[in-house]
Amino acid sequence: MISFTPQIALGTSLLLPLIGAVLIALSDKTPNRREAVTLVTAGLLFADVLYLLVHVVNGMRPRLELWEVIPGLNLAFEIEPLGMLFATVASGLWIVNSVYSIGYMRGNQEQHQTRFYVCFAIAIASALAIAFSGNMFTLFIFYEALTLSTYPLVTHKQTDEARRGGRVYLGVLLTTSIGFLLVAIIWTWVIAGTLDFRPGGILDGVAEPAIVPVLLALYMFGTGKAALMPFHRWLPAAMVAPTPVSAFLHAVAVVKAGVFTVLKVTVYVFGIDFLSATGASQWLMWLAAATILIASLVAMTKDNLKARLAYSTISQLSYVTLGAALATSMGVIGGGMQIAMHAMGKMTLFMCAGAIYVATHKTQVSDMTGLGRVMPFTFAAFFIGALSIIGLPPMGGAWSKFMLIMAAADRDEVVIIAVLMLSSLLNVGYLMPLVVRGFFSEAPAAALGSAATFAPMRGLREAPVLCVLPLCLTALGCIALFFYAEPIYRFLETIV
Amino acid sequence: MLAQISLHFPALQVVLPLIASPICMVLRRERAAWGVALVVSWASFLIAAHLLIQVLDEGVISYHMGGWPPPWGIEYRIDALNAFVLLLVSGIGALVITYAHKSVIAEISPDNRCRFYALFLLSLAGLLGVTITGDAFNVFVFLEIASLSTYVMVALGAGHDKRALSSSISYLIAGTIGATFFIIGVGLLYMATGTLNMMDLAARIADLGDSRTLRAAFAFIVVGIGLKLAIFPLHLWLPNAYTYAPSVVTSFVAATSTKVAVYVLMRFVFTVFGTRFEFQGLTLTYLFLPLALLGMFVPSIVAVFQENAKRMLAYSSIAQIGYMLLGISFATVAGLSAATIHLFNHGLMKGTLFMVLGAVAYRLRSTDIASMAGLASLMPWTMAAFVGGGLSLIGVPLTVGFISKWFLIQAALESGQWWIAALVVISSLIAAVYVWRVVEVAYLQPAPADSQATEAPLSMLIPIWVLVLANFYFGIHASLTTNMATRAAEMLLGAGT
Amino acid sequence: MSAEFVLGHYNYWIVVVLMMVGLYTVMSRGNLIKKLVGLNIFQTSVFLLYISIGKVKGATAPIEAAGEGVLYSNPLPHVLILTAIVVGVATMAVGLAIIVRIREAYGTIEEDEILAIDHKLEFGEGVNA
Repeated sequence: MISFTPQIALGTSLLLPLIGAVLIALSDKTPNRREAVTLVTAGLLFADVLYLLVHVVNGMRPRLELWEVIPGLNLAFEIEPLGMLFATVASGLWIVNSVYSIGYMRGNQEQHQTRFYVCFAIAIASALAIAFSGNMFTLFIFYEALTLSTYPLVTHKQTDEARRGGRVYLGVLLTTSIGFLLVAIIWTWVIAGTLDFRPGGILDGVAEPAIVPVLLALYMFGTGKAALMPFHRWLPAAMVAPTPVSAFLHAVAVVKAGVFTVLKVTVYVFGIDFLSATGASQWLMWLAAATILIASLVAMTKDNLKARLAYSTISQLSYVTLGAALATSMGVIGGGMQIAMHAMGKMTLFMCAGAIYVATHKTQVSDMTGLGRVMPFTFAAFFIGALSIIGLPPMGGAWSKFMLIMAAADRDEVVIIAVLMLSSLLNVGYLMPLVVRGFFSEAPAAALGSAATFAPMRGLREAPVLCVLPLCLTALGCIALFFYAEPIYRFLETIV
Repeated sequence: MLAQISLHFPALQVVLPLIASPICMVLRRERAAWGVALVVSWASFLIAAHLLIQVLDEGVISYHMGGWPPPWGIEYRIDALNAFVLLLVSGIGALVITYAHKSVIAEISPDNRCRFYALFLLSLAGLLGVTITGDAFNVFVFLEIASLSTYVMVALGAGHDKRALSSSISYLIAGTIGATFFIIGVGLLYMATGTLNMMDLAARIADLGDSRTLRAAFAFIVVGIGLKLAIFPLHLWLPNAYTYAPSVVTSFVAATSTKVAVYVLMRFVFTVFGTRFEFQGLTLTYLFLPLALLGMFVPSIVAVFQENAKRMLAYSSIAQIGYMLLGISFATVAGLSAATIHLFNHGLMKGTLFMVLGAVAYRLRSTDIASMAGLASLMPWTMAAFVGGGLSLIGVPLTVGFISKWFLIQAALESGQWWIAALVVISSLIAAVYVWRVVEVAYLQPAPADSQATEAPLSMLIPIWVLVLANFYFGIHASLTTNMATRAAEMLLGAGT
Repeated sequence: MSAEFVLGHYNYWIVVVLMMVGLYTVMSRGNLIKKLVGLNIFQTSVFLLYISIGKVKGATAPIEAAGEGVLYSNPLPHVLILTAIVVGVATMAVGLAIIVRIREAYGTIEEDEILAIDHKLEFGEGVNA
């Protein structure tokens, strides 16, 4: 009898979603069984990841070496706290999202639902493999797998618009990853002779200081999923996807895989001490700051709710990049926390957008006047999520912003502190109007249908319960993260 | 008994298909001819596998034809490099012939079917012979056996489209000029050294030192092989020949014949001449490198604008030859391993893709991209194989294309030429554009309502998927191929110094 | 360049001239048969090259019966070229056979007319090459 060790759990966590994908594909004709498989897989996966979490918190570092792909380069997995955090967030939110997807996809009577769930499961497997990867080579492999497995999700509707969006999505992500990231990785391999993630970095001492900024640029622009300007176009383009995809992949899995890579590269490939000693990340700090502000400003001009949230995501992702670029331990911890906090908050917001679409088929902010009164749960959740994104207590988002400001203060970067403050104000500027419109403005009767069939001000008109329940849960999660941030902090502290 | 026979495997490797070829010609029943070809191709594959294992275990095999020792007799010499190429050629040959039966019935007129199998085996024998022999003149003879049978196989496409005939004659003229140039070069080498055995040539050239005759020989040989190989500006015969030849022929020729030519080029440039002379070194840097780079871009861009998927892939093949030439031009172990790996890998991916197009042509009677609208819903397995081969062509991780790209970029960076690394990635992104054009049409456009297409028959699907899986297997488990390639590269460079 | 050098290498000059005549014919003629004839001349020049380099001045044919100490020509290039001639003949046969088929399919063996027909097939009528 083989006992269930963390190493086996690691392997299981990668295989489970794939097995799930196969079973889902086999249940094509029976939607109920298909959805049951999805939920059961998600539940088992989360349990598995939690089991790993317990061990990793206790200081264990499970490692799984598969075979050698190229001499000297193994397909290897090793769990460290940053990846564990990402994996926990991703697998936990998959459950929530699966429930929501079922409500949304059925509510909208979408086509090709089996393909949708299959690709989703493969994407999760890729995301977990990224989180647990033990060297840059493995990470790159699954980074590309994630791009390709999400392409069918982005083009799900198969319209001309979806095809255009898919082209931009694939175009930008493949161009950056093959064009820059792959070159950076091979370059590192040629210089350092290894691609393993090691605390303190592998480039320290072997890379000449002059090429470090170049290499860093290749890595940062190569990680197109982190949506650093000017390679952010794919994110708004991907919003043609059904909302659960946007919610999950473009608030949790895909973009977080990007910023996770950014953190991982700074901490384990370059090493933050090496980076701060060479000052190579100075330019990155300014670029991240610029992305934060510019994306927020663009978000204010967008009337389409999902587009607005997309630009908000671009802005928020650069917080993580900024944390990495500051190259201090506080910056990295802040960045790590931002991954979790933003995932929870943005997921809530996207699911609200989807719920509004399912219930009323509205996509433009300007049409949503007065909707808060008929969809109070959705709008309350939106409010909470927005507060978390802005960074106000008592929401989880407050902590990550706070730590990033502390990190900037450590480095005496006054301008960066100012940028962070200003950005929060801008967040208020683009997120709050919807809440205000929803709750405090009178809706024009026509907007909600004729009075004869529907009394606009009375009664509820929420989306199906399967849509509303998940978003309430994540909204509560935003609040809970505020009070339970310390364990996360302690956990991440061990890496720097 | 078997041990006795296995001593003669190097000879059997060539002789078996050579003898079987006229048998196919005599057989009047097309099924019987197919059976003979099938058995012989798989036997060749097994022999090649056996030889490869033997080379890995025991080192170089030297087989003396007719018992005459070299340099007087013809020597078959098998080392890490050509054992690897033999495996590729015979493996692709076996898979293509397994797949061929239905496709031949659909595309080749009844009286020519038996002849097709005869020609196929002849061509296989020729290609294997070129690869296995250690004699410079013997290379020419086998090269012409392979080429002549290929000209005719291309012309067999005339049953379907008469343009196959004009493509075939252009191919014949270009190929013959190439072969004649090659034999002039070999003649000059013989004048200078008095030998034709490659190892002997290498030793005597090293003793003689540089001379004008040798330079002329080098130039004639390089240009001659360049024509066979379709190095960028010498490629004009290739797109039409690949487009109008029957699908089976294209699959086989695209995956093997240019690869064998690349092998011959490497063999002559490195084993026979070596790179220590300034003239050869300069040729690599100032001729091969620019041509490789041009070849990586110009045909790729042309491929993007093609309306016919077969022609698109033909241009892509010319571009991929650019990658191999690039690896050769570095003249380093990393560069030559990259070229050798890509030689093998490209055989796998192009074999897959052309076989997929063969299956498409079998159902649709056309390989125009526009006619493939919505095909993914009608032929899901076929198109999934296309996506697999396409991803490999782009160089996505876990496919062989990725391994090729990895080694090429590594070779470029190791030789300090980061800008070449940049060009390699840019050109592979162009591949993404043309592959994705087909994928988008097949997956995101609705199928025409009156389309009768159904999934390709299993006899085609199975060989296709074996190749697709090989694309992934050697991408996930690349140690095998890369170790072979590195050994081959070290051997090539070691022989020259 | 001395007269001795020029005259002493007369076999090469013949080879070079024939080779150029052949190549020029291949490239300049539109008639496929003429192209093949050019190709043949081109190949023949190479045969001559091989044969002439094997010949040793004042030597006899390499027959063992002639006895020891007799100067004889190198037989190997001559043997090689027998093979090359066979290849050349095969090439001609294939080439001519294809040309016959082209004549049947296109009704012409002029390259420009064939290209024009190909072009029409590719892009349809009404488009000029």
